[in-house]
Amino acid sequence: MQARRKQLALALALALPGLAVAGPISDDVVKIGILTDMSGVYAGVGGKGSVIAAEMAIADFGGKVAGKPIQVVSADHQNKADIGAGKAREWFDTQGVDMINDLLNSGVGIAVQKLGAEKKRITINNGAGSTALTGKECSPYGIHYAYDTYALAKGTATALMKQGMDSWYFLQADYAFGQALQGDAAKIVQALGGKVAGTVKHPLSSTDFSSYLLQAQSSGAKVVGLANAGGDFVNAVKQAKEFGLKQTIVGLLVFDSDVKALGLNAAQGMKFTTAYSWELNPEMEAFGKKFFAKAGFMPTMDHAGVYSSTMHYLNAIKATGTDDADAVMKKMRETPVNDFFAKKGVIREDGRFVHDMYLVEVLKPSESKGQWDQLKLVATIPGEQAFKPLSASECALVKK
Amino acid sequence: MQAHDLNQTSLNVVRMADSRPNYLPWGMALAVCAAAPFFIYPVFAMELMCFALFACAFNLLLGFGGLLSFGHACFFGGAAYLSGHALKVWGLTPELGILFATAGAAVLGLLIGLVAIRRQGIYFAMVTLALAQIVFFACLQLPMTGGEDGLQGIPKGRLLGLIDLSATVSIGGQQLPLALYFFVLAITFGGYWLIWRTVNSPFGVALKAIRENEARALSLGYRVDRYKLAAFVMSAALAGLAGATKALVVGLASLTDVSWHMSGEVVLMTLLGGMGTLLGPVVGAVTVVSLHHELSSLGSWVTVTIGSIFVLCVLAFRRGIVGEIAHRLKKTF
Amino acid sequence: MDIPLQAVLSQAMLGLNNGAFYALLSLGLAVIFGMLNVVNFAHGAFYMLGAFAALLGFDYLGRFLGDESLRMSFWAALILGPLIVGSIGVVVEKTMLQRLYKVDHLYGLLLTFGLALIFEGVFTNYFNVSGEPYNGKPEILEGAFDLGFMFFPKYRLFAIVLSLAVCFGVWYLIERTRLGSYLRAGTENPDVTRAFGIDVPMLRTLTYFLGVALAGLAGVVAAPIYSVSPKMGSDLIIIVFAVVVIGGMGSIMGAIVTGLALGLLEGVVKVFYPPLANTVIFIVMALVLLWRPAGLFGKEA
Repeated sequence: MQARRKQLALALALALPGLAVAGPISDDVVKIGILTDMSGVYAGVGGKGSVIAAEMAIADFGGKVAGKPIQVVSADHQNKADIGAGKAREWFDTQGVDMINDLLNSGVGIAVQKLGAEKKRITINNGAGSTALTGKECSPYGIHYAYDTYALAKGTATALMKQGMDSWYFLQADYAFGQALQGDAAKIVQALGGKVAGTVKHPLSSTDFSSYLLQAQSSGAKVVGLANAGGDFVNAVKQAKEFGLKQTIVGLLVFDSDVKALGLNAAQGMKFTTAYSWELNPEMEAFGKKFFAKAGFMPTMDHAGVYSSTMHYLNAIKATGTDDADAVMKKMRETPVNDFFAKKGVIREDGRFVHDMYLVEVLKPSESKGQWDQLKLVATIPGEQAFKPLSASECALVKK
Repeated sequence: MQAHDLNQTSLNVVRMADSRPNYLPWGMALAVCAAAPFFIYPVFAMELMCFALFACAFNLLLGFGGLLSFGHACFFGGAAYLSGHALKVWGLTPELGILFATAGAAVLGLLIGLVAIRRQGIYFAMVTLALAQIVFFACLQLPMTGGEDGLQGIPKGRLLGLIDLSATVSIGGQQLPLALYFFVLAITFGGYWLIWRTVNSPFGVALKAIRENEARALSLGYRVDRYKLAAFVMSAALAGLAGATKALVVGLASLTDVSWHMSGEVVLMTLLGGMGTLLGPVVGAVTVVSLHHELSSLGSWVTVTIGSIFVLCVLAFRRGIVGEIAHRLKKTF
Repeated sequence: MDIPLQAVLSQAMLGLNNGAFYALLSLGLAVIFGMLNVVNFAHGAFYMLGAFAALLGFDYLGRFLGDESLRMSFWAALILGPLIVGSIGVVVEKTMLQRLYKVDHLYGLLLTFGLALIFEGVFTNYFNVSGEPYNGKPEILEGAFDLGFMFFPKYRLFAIVLSLAVCFGVWYLIERTRLGSYLRAGTENPDVTRAFGIDVPMLRTLTYFLGVALAGLAGVVAAPIYSVSPKMGSDLIIIVFAVVVIGGMGSIMGAIVTGLALGLLEGVVKVFYPPLANTVIFIVMALVLLWRPAGLFGKEA
């Protein structure tokens, strides 16, 4: 932190240190920026954990690539697109940051990905969910790594529709992510012959969901779908219980940290889709425990995605010997990812990283073997079924 | 009477300024600003200029009209959305987009002003605050504003259809957006010059008379409400000019710029620099924005720092930086 | 339009719930404004401090003192919270606000704005923007009543009843007791009050204490309903300002009635046209100002 501040001051005082002179590694250092929510509703999903994940990846990589040191800088975007984009612009313009990871809020994610395209720098969205990132807003320098709203909606909504839960009412966080999640879920419900009874929007980071929940109740729908995340999801579930809602409450995006915050008592039996959880297989467990030793909590799929994607990025630099965005991007697309997070995962031309997703269920308190033992696997959804097919893509980069 | 207390200190400074028609300071200021992008991060320098203009526009109302608006962000941020929409959706050229947004801010100023000037002092502050909230929620909920995400990807476009504002010039290994920079510089100085002329015009004198003693001005036959409304509209329009320009610079219009925190921020800039002085708001804006920038890694301690400066200014430092310096200088003579 | 009565009734109940908070907060604001001529921008921050007093007392006090079993119960917080917040208010009044009575009243607004930022910033640093849930809701208030048209949580009903009781208690104190007559005299005519030899500075401190303690109480009551977060007060305060402007400054009953009525209105609007719910109070304010510039219950200045 201290060092970063000094650098910033120095950069300002010395009228911007010279950047990006031609050469294999610009500025003789590979700089990775972690732009995330450090203080808001998503701080538990990403936040410090994302920085730890990136640092772990760098340490495991050996701290150096192509003979040059690797550095991490981090900042809080406060879930505001203007702050996030401003920070990213400054990183690109004055600090020589080569790649930005995490992002964790679709509004910020889209803004920063656009900026990356303009400045020819790689941006990797892990925490952000909106399918717009690989659709209308897709970029040749943008990768959408861990999950997206289509995959979540597909996994969860399909499973519930199979159980006969065929009328839905949505509570939607009123920004890019909520819109995308609600939109994708509604389409899938309707495609499977279900009915969408209505949708109500709430501001990001709400504390009182009572009036929205009552609207959902009056709709008479069987399922209340929560197209929100993090703290908003947790509060909505709690208050639904308080008001005695009899409908099935479904979280469309649930992170391990949210289940932890709700407790198994309140969350048991809930089904949702995820890209990672430490309970799912031994490899994931190994990463989870290693992360836990550093962070003191189990990683979310966001943290896991940051680690895996940072590793993939560094491997590409190693293979090409340069941090030039075009060359690295090309290499990253060519090379499949095989690690704890993904098996034969590939980055498509629209920027979507395709890998398997998992439908999971929250354990009953009696089934849990420890305070972090929360989920069990219901089904594995193969990558090509989990994500939106390229043929349906709105991305201009996709050749049809 | 209230206004009198508030602005007592400022009048002398103004007189000092207009008794010496000296263009040297203008030339020097221009030279400094023209050289700035070669020494500091140009995007940051342009933001500084936008905020300085915003604070000056606000000061026109508070410092010279004696009216504390606590809702000025709605003009600043509202115009940012208007110019963003004009540039992005309608594809207007930047100068037309900014003009359109400025006009829009003026209309908004007229509407809000008509309601707000019915009350004075504290009531005026609260009414402007509440009315600005309506604008905030409109920006949050209207389909064209992009809600919490803001209006993103505003193109820079071509000035007068000719000059590409997104072009950069490579100097010493850096890419400097000089075309945009000098466009913003021209707007800022134009706006500042307009404020300077207004303050020293018969209109400005009448405004000051109303500020000093409204009852007397009324008895002298001034149509006080019209003067106040005119000042309000002008201040709103210039605040809008600043906001529209900022949206062009950062390529984004967001809720931050319409929220009431921003309204408070501009009050602080003016108060800190010295309300009722021409230069004060500029100094205040540069200080506050730099502070935000320098301390951004401290997270919420920035808010604490800003709050503390507020408290300090109010308790011990009501003249502000420029006001205090002017006061000391006067004492020594 | 096909709107079921059940939806209207249940949203109205929630509206009443919010209205009770508006009433409690605008009451404190009106008392302070009447006596001190200060628009207390920090009112929302004091509300937040009240909620944090409850949270810290319940979850952190024991940890801090080294004995996890030590907790300030919700009932204790109901008494202690307002006292703690009120005391902070006394310090603020004695050390800062007092110096500003002689200058323009706008400085009071600016000072309290700065204070609000400081409080908000400090708590954001330790508790994040999203804050923490309060787990001290008493057992007896768990669960919900079946009102026929909805399940209404017992605690929320308790919050409404308590807020109303306190509002009318304060109204009684001010309108019907000797202390109240001083306060009222101070509100309506400070100069005359001074002439009668009443200790006006003391009265001012007391008033600020009372007003701020009411905000603190509202915060404690709000803690179990909403998550306790540093920003919980800052958005609410703007609405309460509008409530006070609509009701007319200086009218105690006006503040209470307007607060409740606007809460209800907001709730009902949520049923008919949700996007308008956030702004309806501000629109009402603009209309009231055009029609009666002094507010519904205010006297023409």
